[in-house]
Amino acid sequence: MDELIDKLKGEIIEQLNLEDLKKEDIDNDGPLFGEGLGLDSIDALELIVLLEKNYGIKVANPADGKKIFQSVRTMAQYIQDNKK
Amino acid sequence: MEAYIKGIGIISPQKTFDTPDFLSDVVETASNSLRCIEPSYKDFLNPTLARRMGRIIKMSIAASSICFKDSGVPMPDAIMTGTALGCLEDTEKFLFSIIDNDEQFLTPTSFVQSTHNTVSGQIALQLKCMNYNFTYVHKGFSFESAVLDGLMTIAEGNGNNVLVGGHDEMTDKYYRVCDRVGYWKQETVSTMELINSKTSGSIAGEGAAFFMLSNHASAENYAKLRSLKFIYKPESQQDVENRIMEMLAEKGLKPEDMDAVVYGINGDLRFDGVYNDLKDGMFKNSTAVYFKHLCGEYQTSGSFALWLASNMLKKQEVPAAVLIGEKKHTSLKNVLIYNGFMGDDQSAFLLSQC
Amino acid sequence: MSSKVYVTGIGIISAIGNNVAETLDSFNKMHSGVGTLEHIISRHQADTPVAEVKASNAELAVMAGFPKGHEDTRTALLGTIAAKEAVKSAGITDMKEFRTGIISATSVGGMGMTENLWMQYLDTEQSGPWLKFIESHECGDSTEAIADSLGIRDYLSTISTACSSSANSIMFGARMIKQGLLDRVVVGGVDSLSKFTINGFSTLMILSKEQCKPFDANRKGLNLGEGAGFIVIESEKAAKGKTIFCELTGYGNANDAYHQTASSPDGAGAYLAMEKAFNISGLKPADIDYINAHGTGTEINDLSEGTALDRMFDKKVPMISSTKAFTGHTLGACGGIEAVFSILAIKNNMVYPNLNLVTPMPELSFKPVTELKKDQKINNVLSNSFGFGGNTSALIFSRVKE
Repeated sequence: MDELIDKLKGEIIEQLNLEDLKKEDIDNDGPLFGEGLGLDSIDALELIVLLEKNYGIKVANPADGKKIFQSVRTMAQYIQDNKK
Repeated sequence: MEAYIKGIGIISPQKTFDTPDFLSDVVETASNSLRCIEPSYKDFLNPTLARRMGRIIKMSIAASSICFKDSGVPMPDAIMTGTALGCLEDTEKFLFSIIDNDEQFLTPTSFVQSTHNTVSGQIALQLKCMNYNFTYVHKGFSFESAVLDGLMTIAEGNGNNVLVGGHDEMTDKYYRVCDRVGYWKQETVSTMELINSKTSGSIAGEGAAFFMLSNHASAENYAKLRSLKFIYKPESQQDVENRIMEMLAEKGLKPEDMDAVVYGINGDLRFDGVYNDLKDGMFKNSTAVYFKHLCGEYQTSGSFALWLASNMLKKQEVPAAVLIGEKKHTSLKNVLIYNGFMGDDQSAFLLSQC
Repeated sequence: MSSKVYVTGIGIISAIGNNVAETLDSFNKMHSGVGTLEHIISRHQADTPVAEVKASNAELAVMAGFPKGHEDTRTALLGTIAAKEAVKSAGITDMKEFRTGIISATSVGGMGMTENLWMQYLDTEQSGPWLKFIESHECGDSTEAIADSLGIRDYLSTISTACSSSANSIMFGARMIKQGLLDRVVVGGVDSLSKFTINGFSTLMILSKEQCKPFDANRKGLNLGEGAGFIVIESEKAAKGKTIFCELTGYGNANDAYHQTASSPDGAGAYLAMEKAFNISGLKPADIDYINAHGTGTEINDLSEGTALDRMFDKKVPMISSTKAFTGHTLGACGGIEAVFSILAIKNNMVYPNLNLVTPMPELSFKPVTELKKDQKINNVLSNSFGFGGNTSALIFSRVKE
């Protein structure tokens, strides 16, 4: 899990172009959206593509993103639960 | 329909921001594609916002911010921009990802940024400005249409201060694509030699320039914008001259009242005839000025010309780098800009000293 | 200067007809134009319905009156067909009689051609007559093609404010007439389907896999469409003695300034645009007989627009429908296409149904019209158009008082 979380952080930084951020700046349990990293609905769509491209997981309803992308940990958990 | 130019912000291939210098130290480019000197965007945008933005969006936000500061108007009553190519870099990025990935795994960011109205929308978003907001995308009339709308808005009484801008960027790929239809010179031309070129093609350019048009007269203003005319595919040189005469007559002026004329000469022998004929004929007694050697040829280059002419009037100075031949004026009261993009979509601006 | 702006001509092409008569026929038959994508080869062909104009480019070139073998972008062809119909319906034969301009609108211009040829453009080993299409990429290109085919020279411009583009071209043309800069203007817009927009909207996850259901509680997104809608507007002087469809009495433009793509939940920008349109027209919300809504069928638009309408009309919303289930969302063209619908609603005293509506949205006070209604008294119509970048626009068309 920790390994996956670490890998995800790198992928998030790359996908969302968060150039000024390092992996250690992202809290495993901190919120990604709003107050946290300040991500928005377009970033959520970017993360949905990340899941599909890197992990083969399809999220059909963008509204599900809210739950999945609460934090890096919830995202990693979702990957673990849904990876084929 | 008249307005004052109250403030300007411009990012161009020359040193046009953060300096009191007025083209005394020209940046010469060793290629036929001039690119802008860009500021540090951290001064204008927070990194969370900037991370998704393409180069032209960042340049435009920076140029508009400089314009707000320069004019002392933090919130315009309307925003209109002109761009022929929109956000080209993002458009190409999305197009390539469609082709490369065969329509799979596409992400929205470059698509969202690619729309032509991204810049005017982003400026509104940053300012939380809910006022009138327009984007014009008509080739060599893009910027000019935005200015026309600005003049109309002021004439209608719908705004005291309106932001008008022009922005276009060049990319390596688009340069190559346009090269295939003869846009650019095949030999590399140095900046100060462009005007002497006897071949077809020009040099590519880009820029982002914003102007605050105001109905408020003040000695601090750059210039008074008195008229703007559009000349689409003129039938002949006579047609061009008649339309200019008409424009001047509407303001009670004659060709000899023009102290200087700024020409859109781009070094392309196919298109420079119209300018040279005006320069050596109708306006033979006016100081002749050119500018595309400094900013390159691009659809919204009229915005660079407007910056140049406005500063000439305010500073009462014609920089040596833009002068063709001898100075013929004693002071600068009236300046005409005659410009066009690759021979099409010609336009004329009439400006006067404040 | 003209204090009034009259509509004297209309022209349209979309998935529900190649001209005004065919369009009305489709409405009468409640026939939607949404179906399977045929003219573009795409991964989305099977699962993403679109509203395509039912003709090949070669067929469109004939309809546009171009000489045999003439090739152009689909955008230029669709635009020329609709603009020519509008000019013909306005009875204009001499372009030099009055100062005449054209203001078109488009979201992606010649992208439908660029996306097919882009790799060829970049490969200098390849060459061919297709190189001429490089310059057709620019949004202004289709406008110039239309202008040249009609002989319009006095003023040309093109507007791109995403999905509100052609409502804005109508507004700008009207303002030029009122300022005395032009006597008559061909205004409207055009967009053709492209892989670029289909994939773009797909990344935003707002394309419906079924027929769109604007203002339905269970709406699943929009269907893209293509087409062109142009109208001829004239000053009092130029329109004198002519058959007049109606008057353009109001127009308003504002910016939502909320998010790059999404509308604000309360539709603040939409409200402002409508408010400005009412102020210019001198009409009150109660004077409106029919609203042609933007109504795309996305979760966000319909809620935002509906909320703004409830506020504007104090929950007494008149007859309203979105026609997007007929034509699809034609992006930069929809303001022009829906202007034609609004004008025809006044001319024929009719109201179009909002197709596919099953369950009205619980958040809103109103239920859109679901049947074709005739023999109504339609004097004033409000037409809304909103787009990315926060652009919001509203137009009001009014019957000319006898």
